[in-house]
Amino acid sequence: MSDTSIRPGGTRSLLKGAMLPDGTVTDILIENGRIVSTAPGAGTGASGTVVIDAAGLVALPGLVDLHTHLREPGFEQSETVLTGTRAAAAGGFTSVFAMANTLPVSDTAGVVEQVQALGARAGYATVRPIGAVTVGLAGERLSEIGAMAQSRAAVRVFSDDGKCVHDSLLMRRALEYVKTFDGVIAQHAQDPRLTENAQMNEGALSSELGLKGWPAVAEESIIARDVLLAEHVGARLHVCHLSTAGSVDVIRWAKARGIAVTAEATPHHLLLTEDLVRSYDARFKVNPPLRRDEDVQALREGLADGTIDIVATDHAPHPRESKESEWDAASFGMVGLESALPVVQTALVDSGLLGWDDVARVLSNTPARIGRLPGHSHSFEDGSPANLTLVDPAARSTFTLDRLHGKSTNTPYEGMTLSGSVRWTFHHGFATLRDGELADPSEAATFASGELAAGPSGQGIAG
Amino acid sequence: MRHLLSTKDLTRDEAIQILDIAEDMADVQNREVRKLPTLRGKTVVNLFFEDSTRTRISFEAAAKRLSADVINFSAKGSSVSKGESLKDTAQTLAAMGADGVVIRHSASGAPQVLAQSDWIDARIVNAGDGTHEHPTQALLDAFTMRRRLFPGASRGRDLDGVSVVIVGDILHSRVARSNLWLLRTLGATVTFVAPATLVPLGTASWPVDVSYDLDATLALTQPDVVMMLRIQSERMNAAYFPTAREYARQWGLDDERLGRLRPDSIVMHPGPMNRGLEISAGAADSAQSTVLEQVANGVSIRMAVLYLLLSGEREAQA
Repeated sequence: MSDTSIRPGGTRSLLKGAMLPDGTVTDILIENGRIVSTAPGAGTGASGTVVIDAAGLVALPGLVDLHTHLREPGFEQSETVLTGTRAAAAGGFTSVFAMANTLPVSDTAGVVEQVQALGARAGYATVRPIGAVTVGLAGERLSEIGAMAQSRAAVRVFSDDGKCVHDSLLMRRALEYVKTFDGVIAQHAQDPRLTENAQMNEGALSSELGLKGWPAVAEESIIARDVLLAEHVGARLHVCHLSTAGSVDVIRWAKARGIAVTAEATPHHLLLTEDLVRSYDARFKVNPPLRRDEDVQALREGLADGTIDIVATDHAPHPRESKESEWDAASFGMVGLESALPVVQTALVDSGLLGWDDVARVLSNTPARIGRLPGHSHSFEDGSPANLTLVDPAARSTFTLDRLHGKSTNTPYEGMTLSGSVRWTFHHGFATLRDGELADPSEAATFASGELAAGPSGQGIAG
Repeated sequence: MRHLLSTKDLTRDEAIQILDIAEDMADVQNREVRKLPTLRGKTVVNLFFEDSTRTRISFEAAAKRLSADVINFSAKGSSVSKGESLKDTAQTLAAMGADGVVIRHSASGAPQVLAQSDWIDARIVNAGDGTHEHPTQALLDAFTMRRRLFPGASRGRDLDGVSVVIVGDILHSRVARSNLWLLRTLGATVTFVAPATLVPLGTASWPVDVSYDLDATLALTQPDVVMMLRIQSERMNAAYFPTAREYARQWGLDDERLGRLRPDSIVMHPGPMNRGLEISAGAADSAQSTVLEQVANGVSIRMAVLYLLLSGEREAQA
């Protein structure tokens, strides 16, 4: 690795008394963008060291979100790369994978390089663009996957998220073709014919409320087809936002069969149920929809037993007017970066299903591995990149809109009591979040420009 | 009661109160001067995002007979067709001083969204929302049943023990849903009859019997009431059933099936009817048919609802 001592922000920080994911309470010494020691007492007394009292805080490797909508280019009224990565930093994330449904669609090298560059310039998190599987997300012909993979953005994850790659032959070809570049298809599993104009989970409640149903089988049947296709062509498959108990069963079966499939669940599908739709409050409108309590429990169990590999936010900002309307007219989606860790703690850690080491796995180590993001996540080994976050697990409070830092406020959690509070986030050693306060944009940009000048540091270059 | 959004959240006492006030309103219809001064100075807006001339003129007649000022706002050719949001429409009506808004909308829950919002402070009456509810239709149906089944002794009564068979497109019917909840609250038993494609998912958890066989159901239950629902032609294109002829054969109320009903059974239809599809001309025009009574009773029920929501005395009581 190159010498990093000249970088701005390349000071020494000592995080005193933090608890590592494995339960060890120790000091963490950060210097020049690296974790240089996690031995107790390391670095004490050295001059110029910023000392942070981390007593009672849990240290996690910087969170990695494999499923974020940053909306730029094209939908800057909802979010930009800058505002979205500020929200990420506030939520403890040091890297986000930006979904391809931008305008223009991220289906060419030019667009993915632009998104990557905007992230690198802003400095709050490592932005990894996701490339579209098909041109314009139209589901008709493959986009220039090779050009995106070999661009400066080095794309490894391809997805038409928001739309399902529904054509079976096209999906087969996509799975095969991305193997060439060590890529993965992240499938939005939704049979389009079974979900025309669908509004909420199909069942007794959708029948009562008169909202068009989104049946579980529309997700499960696509996942079943895709795992078999992945097996047949020997490719890697990632399934986005699992939402039903049946989907967990299909993935469990596929993994037992040795198929190279990984799966994600969103925080909202791990906590919220369809009963919230009774209010016709469009903040609860999301795709795939909120499901039954049985589904929530099955997703939690799937995450605990490893069937589901990761938690990803599906952070989906929308402007106010697209949620202030009758249900049918409202947009699908919720913001989720700032609430992800509190929801995971509330739903899974407090209930004993996951330990903090599991949280590090499902929110950092494994998403980094699936997304082929080397040199970013870690297990606090000496020399690891200083991407980390400090969480106060004892905090418990009502979620309020002032905890959001993106452009949009379409959170479903306002007024709910959630555990845990993200206090500090370090990205390449730079404190993007400081005891709950975000770093100033100009300071982050200055740090980022120093990083860029110093050359690649694992950011964006898969190797 | 502040709004009328659904029958699901009406209590038995509230429902009977509405039906009894509707009896008074029906009596007014028989007087020489059919107008009451109750809502003089109040403004009722008929906000119709979906075409429904029958329902709109029924509400209009009801409001006018209570001396309210009526404004008809239809989405077609208005600011709504130019992309105005429900919020802006509601705030516009609020600025004009609407006291009551009668809303018909193709989106389920739109009346509730309006009632929960701070966009407008008016009383909201749901005149049909998507495939959710149509509460005044269910109330007028219950009112019609009560009058037919207990002539001269309908006041104060519920529908305890009355058996009702509802036949047709249950899946898309807000009338079927509103009727089910209200009829159960009033003590009636309900059976839905439809091809399986037109039965909503999850009805096993609803307080209703579901049957696919109209003949068997009529023979078994000997119902007091048979309610036929309109079949819309677009359902055929979506392959809910193969042909209109097959539907009429299996689930239509033809003359032969009419002949097998008890002579005192009544035949209902919320209109508009497809004669020869879900109901034969003979059944529609028979003495057992209540189709035109339902229309007349609709005005009485809507007068009762507007009176309850908008008259000052009731407000003071609430």
